[in-house]
Amino acid sequence: MLARIATFAIDGIDPRHVWVEVDIRSGLPAFTIVGLGDAAVRESRDRVRSAIMNSGYEFPQTRITANLAPAFLRKVGPGFDAALAIGVLAASGQVPAGALSAYAVFGELSLGGELRDSPGALAVAEGARRAGLERLIVPRERAREAALVDGLEIAGVSTLREAAGVLHGEPLPALPAHVHGAPARATAATTFEPDLADVRGQAAPLLALEIAAAGGHNLLLEGPPGTGKTMLARRIPSILPEMTRAEAIEVTRIHSVAGLHAAGLIQTRPFRAPHHTISAAGLVGGGALPRPGEATLAHHGVLFLDELAEFQRPSLDALRQPLEDGRVSIVRGQRALVFPTRFMLVAATNPCPCGFAGVGDRCRCGEPDLRRHQRRLSGPLLDRMDLLINVERPSEEELRASPETSSGRARARVATARERQRRRLEATSATCNGEMDARIVRRYVRLEEPAERVLAQAYVVGALSARGRHRVVRVAQTIADLERHDRITQADVLTALSLRQRGAAETALAA
Amino acid sequence: MTPRACDACTSRTWLLGRMGGHIDRFRGRLEHVLELDDDGLISAAGGRTRARLRDELESLDLERVRARSRAAGLETICRCDPAYPPALLALPAPPAVLHVAGGLGRLLELTAAEPVAIVGSRRPSEYGREVARSLGRSLAVSGLTVISGMALGVDSAAHAGALDGGSGTVAVLPGSAERPYPAAKRALHRRILTGGAAVSELGPGTSIWRWMFLARNRIIAALSAMIVVVEATEYSGALVTARVAREIGRPVGAVPGRITSPQAAGPNGLLAAGACMVRGAQDVLDHLFGAGVRLAGAPRARQPPAELRPLLAAIAEGHETPAALGRAGFGPDQGLAALAALELGGFVRRGPGGRFSAIP
Repeated sequence: MLARIATFAIDGIDPRHVWVEVDIRSGLPAFTIVGLGDAAVRESRDRVRSAIMNSGYEFPQTRITANLAPAFLRKVGPGFDAALAIGVLAASGQVPAGALSAYAVFGELSLGGELRDSPGALAVAEGARRAGLERLIVPRERAREAALVDGLEIAGVSTLREAAGVLHGEPLPALPAHVHGAPARATAATTFEPDLADVRGQAAPLLALEIAAAGGHNLLLEGPPGTGKTMLARRIPSILPEMTRAEAIEVTRIHSVAGLHAAGLIQTRPFRAPHHTISAAGLVGGGALPRPGEATLAHHGVLFLDELAEFQRPSLDALRQPLEDGRVSIVRGQRALVFPTRFMLVAATNPCPCGFAGVGDRCRCGEPDLRRHQRRLSGPLLDRMDLLINVERPSEEELRASPETSSGRARARVATARERQRRRLEATSATCNGEMDARIVRRYVRLEEPAERVLAQAYVVGALSARGRHRVVRVAQTIADLERHDRITQADVLTALSLRQRGAAETALAA
Repeated sequence: MTPRACDACTSRTWLLGRMGGHIDRFRGRLEHVLELDDDGLISAAGGRTRARLRDELESLDLERVRARSRAAGLETICRCDPAYPPALLALPAPPAVLHVAGGLGRLLELTAAEPVAIVGSRRPSEYGREVARSLGRSLAVSGLTVISGMALGVDSAAHAGALDGGSGTVAVLPGSAERPYPAAKRALHRRILTGGAAVSELGPGTSIWRWMFLARNRIIAALSAMIVVVEATEYSGALVTARVAREIGRPVGAVPGRITSPQAAGPNGLLAAGACMVRGAQDVLDHLFGAGVRLAGAPRARQPPAELRPLLAAIAEGHETPAALGRAGFGPDQGLAALAALELGGFVRRGPGGRFSAIP
């Protein structure tokens, strides 16, 4: 007898519809699985047999053939266990085969018949909805996550027996608590999140942080060790606008597939800070079976590269496509996988190899050291950094003073500025000032006459390169949005100039 | 003028370059080594080298040596020539041949009046760099030639300042005049040659050894009417220049520095030993020509707009970073824009670590 049930393979971060077909024939007892499965899928035979018998069902002593279709798709991992077990039960008449057509089943089995926590349930749920299925059986730990997808009934079960019960028409088990409408940021847990109110002093860096968040500008923090570069960077997600539900679901799906997150919707923007020894594949994704890299895990959030000068050149070069296109494609075999990578890049570096340039007489670096440091930093990645902030040690009085601002206040200003940008850039591909290319700038950015003059002067005296000029205009537009200026004023341009990132050509090392 | 160098001087120069690293291994002061005649130099080298050097010197083709200089675009003059800069003859062992890039005539003209050497550390503080630069500029504007060694740090800043001031400047190089040393100063070397000159004792293609820097320093000291040390640690080569200058009777000036800074140890030590205090170009002019006889040219008479003046004053007082300025009452919302305006106007310069310094 033949039974067929839907499940999903996770390909990169996307669900792919897979049919599990189980056929039972008379013959010598055997259990074969075909359909390009990996070792985990092959081993699934033993898990399925033990799980079925330990759940009190009968494992048919006949010839069983299971096929995972489509046959060309490589199937990875233990997530097919539950579907295989249900398929065997249906084919042997132990659960009603007719009910299966509306169901998808996903999860790993233990020998005792429990459904184990399996990453990627949200992606599976999205696949099930897209395939027009009505119900999805997932491990109980993943039920909240899968329930984020509307228009799908989720059965969170903890054992194979419960799953069979659902197919027998028993009522769906209630979802674990706190699924729908979890409040966005007001819960008690969120008060422990990093907040700008923790920062003392640092007036100029705070202003720059706000500008960066408001315009989606990539940001370089420069300063001696221990001055608070990392502390500032960690607080950027707290002032970015809240994620839309679609964005939140996308982030949750990515983190679920990566096995980093178990329950419910992720509502704070991700902050990823990979160590500087990371490889190119770790940063942008890759491996024989491509997995999302840090760039993708930082999607809709912040990717923070501390000690930028220490990263290997190939890793940094690999970030170019993700930064430019907002996605990265990884080609394996005959297929290309696309991972989304729309993140804000924040990097921190010491001003010189010893770290103390500009701190009294502490710096022991010579001109060649500085030059080498500059060369290590420069390159295509630095071209994408709109803002440079110098972070200094706060003074003793500042440490004791009250905070300059709070994340709530900054977030409100950022949100207003973003709204202005959204309205202005509606007709373009850019969603914020940081994404404007030269053409959009020409078309939509308006400067007041004195502002034009300052910009021209900066260009003429050689303080700016052509590309640098473009960066300054983008930042000035964001400052104007924060200040609610309709056209960019002279002060906006001057502020942007003082926060400009100086490329190698513009550095005043020459003498 | 057809520049020339006599046979003896040409072969002497060739020998110095040929001996290269051997001279580094000699014990004793470089001055004494350079005072040795050709034979003495060769004898000081070890066993087999000695014979080989003698052979090579014997069979040296002087025309080929001269041709090489010509091919490198260098003009030469030897110490037997009446036009040889008389100032150098004050040295116990003046360089046998001067190799000049940028024009011998120009070199003689630039060093004829009262040239001033500005020397110092290769790792100056931002302040030191700025002082060297502005001193170079004011001296240039006042009509004096600035001489230095084109090394990293103070030397280069002094040259750059002189170029800013719109006058020719003379770089004395340890290796060969047509080749920038250090190589990182390629662009500066090119700019110096457009209106000034680079000069060296050794011929083209000589590889550089340690002693050549000290030998170069003595030329700087002798060529200048006064030398000014901007910043230097206790072990700096700039102090060698100062010592040579004192020995041959050139006045030495020094820019005072903070006693806690290692880079100030050199100049402060010189001041304690009686060097002339240099607080600006006027001090140099007073010392060379008598108090108040010549006035330093004002390189920049203009002032920033009135609203920027308090900020500029605060920077000049030592509030060098946006944070420090914030503490002095210039918040980031106004202060950052004003800083950029000052920077664009050429009133302040932004150094490493986002530190601003006023351009004097």
